[in-house]
Amino acid sequence: MKAIICKGLTKQFGDFKAVDSISFDVEQGEIFGFLGANGAGKTTAMRILCGLSYPTAGEATVAGFDVYRQQEKIKKNIGYMSQKFSLYDNLTLLENIEFYGGVYGVSRADIRTRSRELVSTLGLEKEAGKLVAGLPLGWKQKLAFSVAIFHRPRIVFLDEPTGGVDPVTRRQFWDMIYEAAAAGITVFVTTHYMDEAEYCNRISVMVDGRVEALDTPARLKQQFSTDSMDEVFYQLARGAKRSAD
Amino acid sequence: MSSVSVKNIVKTYGEVRAVDDVSFEVQKGELFGLIGPDGAGKTSLFRILTTLLLADSGTATVKGLDVVKDYRAIRNKVGYMPGRFSLYQDLTIEENLTFFATVFGTTIAENYDLIKDIYEQIRPFNNRRAGKLSGGMKQKLALCCALIHKPEVLFLDEPTTGVDVVSRKEFWEMLGQLKKQGITMVVSTPYMDEATLCDRIALIQSGKILSIDTPDAIIQNFPKPLFAAKSNHIYELLKDLRKEPGVENCYAFGEYLHLTLRSPEADAMSVMKMAGRHSGEGFEVKMVTPTIEDCFIRLMEKI
Repeated sequence: MKAIICKGLTKQFGDFKAVDSISFDVEQGEIFGFLGANGAGKTTAMRILCGLSYPTAGEATVAGFDVYRQQEKIKKNIGYMSQKFSLYDNLTLLENIEFYGGVYGVSRADIRTRSRELVSTLGLEKEAGKLVAGLPLGWKQKLAFSVAIFHRPRIVFLDEPTGGVDPVTRRQFWDMIYEAAAAGITVFVTTHYMDEAEYCNRISVMVDGRVEALDTPARLKQQFSTDSMDEVFYQLARGAKRSAD
Repeated sequence: MSSVSVKNIVKTYGEVRAVDDVSFEVQKGELFGLIGPDGAGKTSLFRILTTLLLADSGTATVKGLDVVKDYRAIRNKVGYMPGRFSLYQDLTIEENLTFFATVFGTTIAENYDLIKDIYEQIRPFNNRRAGKLSGGMKQKLALCCALIHKPEVLFLDEPTTGVDVVSRKEFWEMLGQLKKQGITMVVSTPYMDEATLCDRIALIQSGKILSIDTPDAIIQNFPKPLFAAKSNHIYELLKDLRKEPGVENCYAFGEYLHLTLRSPEADAMSVMKMAGRHSGEGFEVKMVTPTIEDCFIRLMEKI
């Protein structure tokens, strides 16, 4: 079964089409890069796919659930992490894990065993009882990702997960993404780093509310006769008429 | 005389040494980059140099003026574009610009030449409130406001963070134009690919400077041959190569993996042998020139 199916998905605010009839499928276990210029409509589309906002036209299912009628089921079956908000600074590492596990309905026994595993995989045993506020950004982001997939969702949405992170940690973060994908979790990720676009199985590029390109990084580069993703993106996005945050 | 001089600056917040004995000089007319991730200490340095924060120890001067004793004089000579949008959201483009001009005892007309190229891109929206502007337009307005009093030194704290590739390119073109007008600039960025657009750069991590030089010299100082390899199963290739005792360091780099080998005599053939089962599976290896990001990784890992 496909992880995500979109057909003509549209979100209109007044006469402004933030998302303008986008269509694509994402396979289970795929790493799907969702790129676009600022203001292209990525955030609006992602909010719909996460069950946080209704489309105004078109169809979409996420983990097999309908974005109009089954928002709560979608939320239970996905994980979400963004650069801007990830963990509660004034809870300890373990409290954060317990909190998220609890919200997603993971049993107390599972929370206990899995959080012990998680802390040891990340090598954070000494920090487990400390407040998240004191953790370096890179560790926070790795922990946030682990928490986002703690309830073993079908799909995880990552919104610019590596912004501002150092180049070594950024790569460790991608190691974790690869592992999650190998374990069958579908990864839907946005990024401004074009080298990270190369780590995706397929990427889509949104311009002015539409998906203007969708393929493997290699085929996109071929299509635009260039050897850099940067150039592909530039060629697609420089004609954009919209810009926003 | 250097436009900016920083000597042994230390700044701590509780137990965290945000800036840890940092020294560097920026020459007149130079475009100097502070390159490093979040938490490297870039913003603290900017705030110390713009007289908004006191260092625990060390000294710094801007245009020969001491950041502690001569803070009033410095404020007239520098422009500062903070990382967070900090203009008045309720004022229009024109009102913001007039406000900043007035605070510095000047007018928009007086220094119009300096901001003309940038301002004219947002001028059609003169009566729009700053809070209602797009990210790219906010950035242009903030730059105009930082320039309106014709500063001698311009400090730009992560002006391109969170901005897409197209706007980033445009922004650096604007900086190139300002450089031609003789303005000294100190700019910080977490994007390593922007480093090559600076005259000289300081690579900075956890409050410490890893290296300071021209981008070319930093690249030339990369001590070993760097190889790029790929195959149809790139993640498996990464794991396989990391297990090889002859491999010193191996990490993903866009479409390829980048790796260095322990033996100085090793060549592309050695990599091919190590890759073993990947031959015929779209395997490819070549020697490449390191990028600033490769240099940063190497300096961080202290190999």
